[in-house]
Amino acid sequence: MTDAIRTHRLSKHYGSQRVVDSLNLRIERGQVYGFLGRNGAGKSTTIKMLMGMVHPDSGTAELLGEQIAEITPETRARIAYIAEGHPLYNWMTIGEAVRFTRAFYPRWNGLLVEQILDHFELPEKKKLRRLSCGQRAQVSLALAVAPEPELLILDDPTLGLDTVVRRDFLESLIQIINREGRTILFSSHILGDVERVADRIGILVDGVLRVDCPTDHFRESVKKLVLDFTGPAPDGFTCPGLVQSWNLGTQLELVLVGYDDLQRTAIEALGPRNIEVVDLNLEEAFIEYTRGRRRSLPLFAQEPRHAESASDQGAA
Amino acid sequence: MQFQCDTASRTPIYRQLADQVRAAVARGRVQPGERLPSVRQLSRELVVNPNTVARAYTELEREGTLVTQQGRGVFVAEPRNDLTKRARQKQLEEQLDQLFVEAVHLGFSADELLALIHKRREQFAFTPQENPTS
Repeated sequence: MTDAIRTHRLSKHYGSQRVVDSLNLRIERGQVYGFLGRNGAGKSTTIKMLMGMVHPDSGTAELLGEQIAEITPETRARIAYIAEGHPLYNWMTIGEAVRFTRAFYPRWNGLLVEQILDHFELPEKKKLRRLSCGQRAQVSLALAVAPEPELLILDDPTLGLDTVVRRDFLESLIQIINREGRTILFSSHILGDVERVADRIGILVDGVLRVDCPTDHFRESVKKLVLDFTGPAPDGFTCPGLVQSWNLGTQLELVLVGYDDLQRTAIEALGPRNIEVVDLNLEEAFIEYTRGRRRSLPLFAQEPRHAESASDQGAA
Repeated sequence: MQFQCDTASRTPIYRQLADQVRAAVARGRVQPGERLPSVRQLSRELVVNPNTVARAYTELEREGTLVTQQGRGVFVAEPRNDLTKRARQKQLEEQLDQLFVEAVHLGFSADELLALIHKRREQFAFTPQENPTS
């Protein structure tokens, strides 16, 4: 069976900036894939390229086994896409939006739409422009799943939703996953949500896919080590897999990927008094990992003003 | 039994679930033969990926805490002891040694620790049936 999504060296530049850099992404059918990265890392651009809304500069991409440039309407009808911010035609009522969207699809599960609208107490006659952020998210999810898509691509679907609505949205998503083995690609900044629903994660850092593995594998691979020294901690320590290091006087904090014997030997050679290995949760692992990489990128030194503004965005 | 999951925890969700089942069995909150929610049910209830629940159940099955009966569901297994009493005691001793280390670091004396063990034991419902020696 072909993969649900497959890209080969997919790239996009804006001016001199590589927004997406030789992306090789492979998402198997039935997988729930969390697509992560800080603001401006290239997630939305990647998703827009997959949906044919942005032209790649080079490289190829396939959805459900067809090249994105030549995707047939039949195949397109098996793919659902929810854009960032849940854009809807504001002048329509919910009922009008349902009837309008239905016209584009050969298959339509009207009962499912009714159930979702009913569950969230969304009356058909209500104008879309009168809906709250959370209600818009529910409507766009109902419209997206009604054609019984095999592949769902969601661009930060829970952005701007309050905690309760977000949980409702995730519940709907879990129900979709449970109904049949559907493939879902979703981008998010809420790592707790990602941990709940994603089988696998990918992390983009400055347009490069740095991480692509099962969710638990990533969090278990990233470790923080706190080394205590009797005197001042040594400077300039490096070893394979080192993401970042902080010298705190008599303490050295290291963030490592895949703490193995080789690294352990190198660290013990520094002669610390004590080594504490700290496990991280997914959010902590993500923060330590992406923060470290950005610092070590040469771009940071060449274009300090640009890099600073990008990291400000990430912190906001 | 009630399940919980905490994404802020440093313990992966599948392990949190497996630990909760183990604790419930040890405390007698669930009995052998009792049925647990299906993977789908629990996935919906906790809002976690069904594969995560399945992973916890698979791990518990492998160690003999749960059994799956095809088409009927997941059940708490009858206690079985593949290991000799001696091997099991060795495992427990290792855990005890860790507890001692922790106690020393937290500044407790041996007597204080023993007193604490007695106190906690009263609150902890050991499963009624004693394990047969093998």
